[in-house]
Amino acid sequence: MKAPDETSAPLLQVRGITRRFGALVANDDVSLSVKAGEIHALLGENGAGKSTLVKIIYGALQPDSGEILLAGEPVRIASPAAAREMGIGMVFQHFSLFEPFTVAENIRLALAADEDKAALDQRIREVSRQYGLPLDPGALVADLSVGERQRVEIVRCLLADPRIIILDEPTSVLTPQEAGELFVTLRKLADEGRAIIYISHRLEEVRALCASATILRHGKVVDSLDPRRETAASLARLMVGADIHDVHAAPPPDMLGAPLLHLRDLTLPPDGPFGVPLYGISLNVRAGEVVAIAGVAGNGQRELFRALSGERLAQGNGVIFIRGEDVSRKGINARRRAGAAFAPEERLGHACVPLMTLSENIVLSRHATGEGLVRRGVIDYGKAREICDRVIRANDVRGADAGKAAAALSGGNLQKFIMGRELDRKPALFIVNQPTWGVDAGAAALIRQQLIDLARAGSAVLVISQDLDEIFEIADRIAVISRGELSAAQPAGELDREKIGLLMAGAHETARGAA
Amino acid sequence: MIFVLEKREAPSPLWRWLSPLLAIALAVLAGAVMFAILGHDPAAALYVYFIEPLTSAWSIEELIVKATPLVMTGAGLAMAYRANVWNIGAEGQLIMGALAGSMIPILTPGWNDPLALLAMLILAAAGGALWGWIPAVLKNRFNANEILTSLMLVYVAQLFLDWLVRGPWRDPKGFNFPKSVTFEGWHVLPAISGRVHLGAILALLAVLILWWMLARMTYGFSVRVMGSAPRAGLFAGFSAQKTTTAAFLLSGALAGLAGISEVSGSIGQLQPSISPGYGFTAIIVAFLGRLSPLGALFAGLLLALTYLGGESAQLALNISDKVAQAFQGILLFFILASDTLVNYRFRRAASREGRT
Repeated sequence: MKAPDETSAPLLQVRGITRRFGALVANDDVSLSVKAGEIHALLGENGAGKSTLVKIIYGALQPDSGEILLAGEPVRIASPAAAREMGIGMVFQHFSLFEPFTVAENIRLALAADEDKAALDQRIREVSRQYGLPLDPGALVADLSVGERQRVEIVRCLLADPRIIILDEPTSVLTPQEAGELFVTLRKLADEGRAIIYISHRLEEVRALCASATILRHGKVVDSLDPRRETAASLARLMVGADIHDVHAAPPPDMLGAPLLHLRDLTLPPDGPFGVPLYGISLNVRAGEVVAIAGVAGNGQRELFRALSGERLAQGNGVIFIRGEDVSRKGINARRRAGAAFAPEERLGHACVPLMTLSENIVLSRHATGEGLVRRGVIDYGKAREICDRVIRANDVRGADAGKAAAALSGGNLQKFIMGRELDRKPALFIVNQPTWGVDAGAAALIRQQLIDLARAGSAVLVISQDLDEIFEIADRIAVISRGELSAAQPAGELDREKIGLLMAGAHETARGAA
Repeated sequence: MIFVLEKREAPSPLWRWLSPLLAIALAVLAGAVMFAILGHDPAAALYVYFIEPLTSAWSIEELIVKATPLVMTGAGLAMAYRANVWNIGAEGQLIMGALAGSMIPILTPGWNDPLALLAMLILAAAGGALWGWIPAVLKNRFNANEILTSLMLVYVAQLFLDWLVRGPWRDPKGFNFPKSVTFEGWHVLPAISGRVHLGAILALLAVLILWWMLARMTYGFSVRVMGSAPRAGLFAGFSAQKTTTAAFLLSGALAGLAGISEVSGSIGQLQPSISPGYGFTAIIVAFLGRLSPLGALFAGLLLALTYLGGESAQLALNISDKVAQAFQGILLFFILASDTLVNYRFRRAASREGRT
């Protein structure tokens, strides 16, 4: 690795890149330059064109026009393999690891050369020691935490000794402590003279870590600046283009109503080879409050949602009560009739059927709620269309009409539709998994406000989320899930990030036989 | 020039309908090549195969007779496949339905009135449904692959039929031929015109009812949802196990009905073989008909033509009637291949020069 040379050309220069997908201009005359030794932030809302840009730099997409210079030399990056040869590495947001294989086997799969197993193990140990990324090459990936899996990805990338490293939202799945450790590693890599492109939504993080930033909006560069001289609010304004609508949380009512959701020692074995067991979960959510469940992805959120919705039944009675009714052994539609509504995390394929129209997707969750959408087994599609139009109007779902397929909507608009479909029933209890995951800031603010308004109107709202900013914005009480166990819910005012971080790392877990 | 397949952003509605037409065209082309290799003038052979059967009133009637079991079974299979339930054993369900329905003429020959005929139809539907229920239970209980179990049950049904007509159900006055008594009076489905019998009306009714169920009823909705997004189906409160059971019961019942309509309406008695593979050909009918009951109506008529063509080719050109099966296989091959174009498109690889 050469020492950084201040006088030479920037390590990476992108000039006037334009890339179209049909009518959409994903990148419009984008330029950016990153020097050796620099950690450069790429900021923007979902859909601003960040992914397109880094895919072009990594050779996974070809630009329609524009050029890329490496250390001043114009280059053509035809494929990711070519990018790796030129010294460009990338760590993806979604891991591409095979769970039944060991760390070393996973890394080996990605390396082109046939390398001796012992030598590779040795190299993995060296790299992981050198950069403070402790890893056991013989460990099964299935047994690793999310943070450890990410280390595997980073080590895999580093083994090729890249000059330029691209990281796509690396901290979105990490606890605050794990994120802190990652930053130490990144600074070390930068000090060696590598250039790092860092994509993140977390503005505080960017201000702490990066000396320069490029902000994209609707595919165009709106500014290049030094994030340390900005505030999180000013950065957010540049990303969104307008002041973000502040979510207004009225103070929690003094007198909360009766518990509308009551969980009593909910325990369930794992539902598959890689499922998380739920252990002794107890919780009350009362009328008028928003309770949030924080936690790092993969700690039982999916399993908890399935158990609450009734997609998977409890093993005995007396475990789950909705409005006082024991629904432990009742399915999702009986729970809906008891007054509950549900919005799962995955929009396409779970909350909606991608290729069905929006009005058919209205029928999906409302055909057995006792509102007359189905009579003697026959669906009233006219009425479904009426509801659909109403939901679209009331929730500002853009680019939608009742006959359009769910898959044709953007993430944010589809999420508004899904939330609207459930809110339109005025549920007494609303259970939402990741309400604003992958949704742009404007839609996210609207959805969060809707959740608060619903609670203030006398319903109980339970939000499962991995976004701490979101949780602090809307929650009256917060509980943390870790390896299938839930901490006691505490008033949001008594918690801070530090405390939640400790809970996420499992501080409340009971000592259960084999961990 | 190299072409690569590229995934479309959304399935193409145009190609959903063009694909079967392309498949038919390619199958006819391949058929011409096949006839040429067999030493016949392809144009003349294709005429004998596909056109001649449509030129006389007698053969049009025969076309409808042959299409009746294909349409009935194919429409039921289309519903099952829509729900992502792979019933490959319609042939067995057809046979068991025929056996169940034949109990009345064979075991209670004295009961011969319209009610007896109705009972035959109901028993046949129940018999087919029951035979289809077995793979459903095996799948729900033990997660056994329904493609294998339903297919294997076909052979069980065929051998059971064979044993019955050679043994307990053989006509005592039948000179030891392996055949049952000949059905008479109300044990025979009434004819409508020539050889066309009431089964044709039943097939048409089945198509219309299934089409309406799929388009309007909650059951049809659950079929479409479970078939295209099972997790969303669970979110809607539909059960994967009930979907599997219902799909097998429905497609089995229709196959069973097709079986009795064939035995009672066309053959008039049980014999070791009562179907030239209608239950298997119905799989092609379902796919060629785009897994839609209405589509199965048209596809059933086309596939019936391949049977007739096979027969006339045997008479006129002295080619084995196995050529009909070859045609059906070629057709299914091209349908499945053409369906790639619904989700993918060809793109010239030239624009990706410099690939490593």
